[in-house]
Amino acid sequence: MTRIESYGNKPTRDGFGLGLVELGEKDERIVVIGADVSGSVKTSYFQDRFPERFISVGVAEQNATTVAVGLALSGKVPFFSSYSAFAAFRNADQIRVSICYNEANVKIGGGHSGLTVGPDGATHQSLEEVAFLRTLPNMTLICPADYEQAKKATIAIGEMVGPAYLRFGRPSVPMFTKPEDEFIIGKADLLREGSDVSIVANGIMVWEALKAAEALKEKHNINAEVINCHTIKPIDEHALVNSAKKCGAMVTAEEHQVHGGLSGAVAEVLVKNYPIPMEFVGVKDTFGGSGEPFELTELFGLTWKEIYASALLAIDRKNNGSSVIRKVKDVAVYTDGM
Amino acid sequence: MSLEINFSTKIFDNKVREHNEYDEIALTIRQDIIKSLVLAKSGHPGGPLGITDVMSVLFFGGIMKYDSSSPDWSGRDRFVLSAGHMAPVLYSTLARAGYFPTEELKSLRKYGSRLQGHPGLDMNLPGIETSSGSLGQGVSIAVGMAMSDWIIDKNDKKVFCITGDGELQEGACWEAAMAAGSHKLSNFCWIVDNNDCQIDGRVKDIMSVYPIKEKFESFNFDVIEIDGHDYNQIKEAFDKFEENYKNKGLPTCIVAKTYMGKGVSFMNDEYKWHGNPPNEEQAEIALSELH
Repeated sequence: MTRIESYGNKPTRDGFGLGLVELGEKDERIVVIGADVSGSVKTSYFQDRFPERFISVGVAEQNATTVAVGLALSGKVPFFSSYSAFAAFRNADQIRVSICYNEANVKIGGGHSGLTVGPDGATHQSLEEVAFLRTLPNMTLICPADYEQAKKATIAIGEMVGPAYLRFGRPSVPMFTKPEDEFIIGKADLLREGSDVSIVANGIMVWEALKAAEALKEKHNINAEVINCHTIKPIDEHALVNSAKKCGAMVTAEEHQVHGGLSGAVAEVLVKNYPIPMEFVGVKDTFGGSGEPFELTELFGLTWKEIYASALLAIDRKNNGSSVIRKVKDVAVYTDGM
Repeated sequence: MSLEINFSTKIFDNKVREHNEYDEIALTIRQDIIKSLVLAKSGHPGGPLGITDVMSVLFFGGIMKYDSSSPDWSGRDRFVLSAGHMAPVLYSTLARAGYFPTEELKSLRKYGSRLQGHPGLDMNLPGIETSSGSLGQGVSIAVGMAMSDWIIDKNDKKVFCITGDGELQEGACWEAAMAAGSHKLSNFCWIVDNNDCQIDGRVKDIMSVYPIKEKFESFNFDVIEIDGHDYNQIKEAFDKFEENYKNKGLPTCIVAKTYMGKGVSFMNDEYKWHGNPPNEEQAEIALSELH
């Protein structure tokens, strides 16, 4: 197994911003709606390059969303971007009725997602939007793993027809997907093959999953499979069921509530097709809080260690059936001395 | 049903008219509204009857550019009924403009019908520009359309939109107003159906939206208040909008003072008729009055 290396750090939001510029060069139907945070979510790159195709509506996310629909119904390909806390919830009704029911060709860039917004605190740390967005008919929902993938995903949603939401974050995170790697909406990436346990992750948790897989191999000679499930909807059922059959135990990992997000989407597929023991790594039914981004991921249990511990537990349940007593609440029991 | 319901096949041209010519059009639309609602056994008669005169001038008075035989014609002006519950007046107007057979008005609110309870773009009914029904959203979509024409494409197309007055209680309306005023969308005409009625009572009692004129003026609209049942005033208001458009002036807001249920004596100015359909006897009386 070739170890996947990182080659530096960049924010996924930069991938979004530069992807938009690349799209804009190719397609003059691309229009961007600004809602006052253009510098933060990097739509400012597009604004600088194509000022005539950038429309500002101020801090008014509901209006931004429906204005985008009006533009889409006029043949444009509008992107609206703000923080996920306001780009998925404040405008939830607009997304449901005006974007999804209309099947309007609107793209939303949900930036500053998850805990890693950091010091801004709980109000700005969206941890629930995946659960909402993936229930909407006609919606495509993507959470890329790094800068390069965010850029490719941005271009991909701009080239597809129909509603799409891209979930990305604020801080610099490791880059490990290569410019030459393929990105296909709805096709999960098998990053590491394994046979003992399958780790399905997206966003910043993919890198953590890779680290956990290395540790499992080193410490226990466990072969963990790692799947980057960047597209949450439509989800890659085929890849998930195949991996479940091969490994017999699975862990999901996401920077989101453990309820209703990637965990729920994957569980729905497996329960119906091939039920196996599953463990979920994510935020456990609580709000976030102020702190440094990677201090928070440690404190809220969003690191390779929780994935590692959950993988051991899932394997334990696979081998010992339902008799395994889930006494292992504390990650330290499994990660002792690491 | 003992009451026999039939829809005539009559359609009307879109042209400059003498004001007395609108009587027949408005009467036909009001009959359609009552007929389609008594068949549907649910729906909203009050608002549609009240805005019928405005719709008659807008669609049949040479104000809007459209071609019902080519609904997707790229040069068309667009109309958005933000108050989606007033769908019966839109459906009748579109049918009478020749977008689809008038016979189809029988299918209002039935399963599989293109005439959904609130307009649904997914049903591909010719002439429908967007789904609407969640109040405050349609007008913002219309603003987006106007931006596409005015800011991006710089073409000569216009966008017309009708909201209710109760609808103005939705905060989203004011986000849309701010954007239209701020971007000086001269090609945008916002018509407020000011009947002062909403489901629970009088708008002024439930949550006053007054003064409407001053509010829109402060949002940088040119506001024209009219009697929404006076064809002369309606036409003049649209002429003023045309003037604003040509002068690249402010967006236009027409506050049309109307009566809910206009044309049917027992519905006139009665908020109870916001969302209740006539039963057979009531429909029979209503249709006898609409002659």
